[in-house]
Amino acid sequence: MSRNSEAAVQAASKDLRNRAPWYVNVILHIVFSIFAFLCLAPLLLLVMVSLTPETVLLRNGYSFFPETFTLEAYRFLFQKAGMVFNAYGVTIFIVILGTASSLLITALYAYPISRLDFPFARFFSLFIVITLLFSGGLTASYLINVRALGLRNSIWALILPGLANAFHIIIARTFFRLSIPTSLMESARIDGAGEWRILFRIVLPLSLPLLATLGLFCTFSFWNDWFRALLYIENRQLYPLQYVMMRALMNLQELQKNIASGAMNSEEAMKILAEMPSETLRMAMAIVAIGPIIAVYPFFQRYFISGLTVGAVKG
Amino acid sequence: MKRADTIRSPVQRLLRNIRAYRALLLMLLPGVVVFFLFNYLPMFGVIIAFKKIDYSLGILRSPFVWLDNFRFLFATSDAWRITRNTLIYNLVFIACDVFLAVGIAVLMREIWRPAASKLYQTIIIMPYFLSMVVVAYLAYGFLNPDYGYFNKLLESLGLNKIQWYYEPKYWPFILPFIHFWKSLGYRSVVYLAAIAGLDKELYEAAVIDGAGKWAQMTRITLPQLIPTMVVMFLLALGNIFRADFGLFYQVTMNSAMLYNVTDVIDTYVYRALIQMNNIGMSSAASVYQSVVGAITVICANLIVRKLDSSQALF
Repeated sequence: MSRNSEAAVQAASKDLRNRAPWYVNVILHIVFSIFAFLCLAPLLLLVMVSLTPETVLLRNGYSFFPETFTLEAYRFLFQKAGMVFNAYGVTIFIVILGTASSLLITALYAYPISRLDFPFARFFSLFIVITLLFSGGLTASYLINVRALGLRNSIWALILPGLANAFHIIIARTFFRLSIPTSLMESARIDGAGEWRILFRIVLPLSLPLLATLGLFCTFSFWNDWFRALLYIENRQLYPLQYVMMRALMNLQELQKNIASGAMNSEEAMKILAEMPSETLRMAMAIVAIGPIIAVYPFFQRYFISGLTVGAVKG
Repeated sequence: MKRADTIRSPVQRLLRNIRAYRALLLMLLPGVVVFFLFNYLPMFGVIIAFKKIDYSLGILRSPFVWLDNFRFLFATSDAWRITRNTLIYNLVFIACDVFLAVGIAVLMREIWRPAASKLYQTIIIMPYFLSMVVVAYLAYGFLNPDYGYFNKLLESLGLNKIQWYYEPKYWPFILPFIHFWKSLGYRSVVYLAAIAGLDKELYEAAVIDGAGKWAQMTRITLPQLIPTMVVMFLLALGNIFRADFGLFYQVTMNSAMLYNVTDVIDTYVYRALIQMNNIGMSSAASVYQSVVGAITVICANLIVRKLDSSQALF
């Protein structure tokens, strides 16, 4: 949690005179337990379905308490579904390359416009704010990307359009202005350091919390993206994870086709299809795709919230 | 030196500045290129809406038809339907987002044990990090017509199954529920952080004066939060013409039976472009959204700037 909210909670609990009465506290615990349960229940259902044997599922439907458990769907997923691993690879590639380049572009853009002595700061700030106000819309973007930039069926279509984010740049600009002492940059300049050196040796090392926040926002947005694949990608080899999931949800045969496409010959493909636990497999795939994000976010959530508070004090 | 400055013409000054700040300008270059390609080029692309695109001629040489595409769009009942759906859903989302989130934040602050509060926070912001595809899976777990949890429940109660993805009447409730499920926890935690930033001495003084919890909330917390709430509300209102494509496309499984209550401008533009291959209609709807959207965003920002200039975008 952010340091602020933690401090407030502690202050409130320390000040015994200013506590809500105990029965209010009990009611609050009940209310928030229900809220928390509502948030977790759908995920729990998904996990349970993925662990249900296919035959039990076809008989009883989705249930929070299946009669028996099996790892069949996961075993199948890991052994036969090379498709899913290929998609994992695509997703990891776009997340790493996308996040790294997005952070670099953001830092390189935000630093100059954060400098009060830079005569073009206003112009280049306006240049990005305009993109927040006006947009060409989906149709124009699509036609430009496909016709003019030739991004159809290119992995770059999944990365390039997401690289520059005006909001991130504004947050970074505010952070640089408020948190990096001008005197530090001044003395570095007197010592003969150039702009690049100041940015990479002084400003960025002092901005690690900011970089962590923005990096996480980027990671999530690239990891969770399916829209660009929906628009630009037809080649199965380039499907990212979320898009494979999306297609499997919209159409179960699609999943079967994808998995059978990994087979050596039609005989093997038929055999794979025959023993495939389709319904549960789909849910197992969703769990495998959600897994890493759910596992890491509790450790990083304080950066998300601190990032929002940084953004809230924008100038 | 000063004197030399005044003699120079603006052009000379510009050239001198470019030379003096060439390192900083070079840093801006990658960002400028990306913004130009993916934000500015499409802005010029709005001319597509005024043309009849013929791929054999290319975009630039296709003939102009001026407002014909818009005339076709607004002659259909679709234009009214997508505008109505976009506006009503967004109004409900925006109005409730602020009040529910602040309400939850105010309540959460009163939980005695910090560890418990922290645990609740961790859980309720989790849905925010899931993609809409995953959310669609979760919804499908409950709504699947054959095996879904709800239909199994109805069956066990001796009731008829409901074909959720074919029956429009349930969706005006399902979609807002999912919207709040996904983002409410996150918004609440953000407001909780805002409350934590309020001056503690005010509360201490209030306690000494004998103010109870209710008085503290209505006299201290809410009045101080209202400026933030108003700004958030206005900024969201500026985006009222932009719908959450994922929510309306993925969660509804793009079911055509539901379009009357689930079709919004964003989904319409997508379908016209990719599925119906009707570039004229798609670009007209898309430009309609951009233009009206830009007007609402600018108005919202002007009002925000009047109220609190530090929060405005420009």
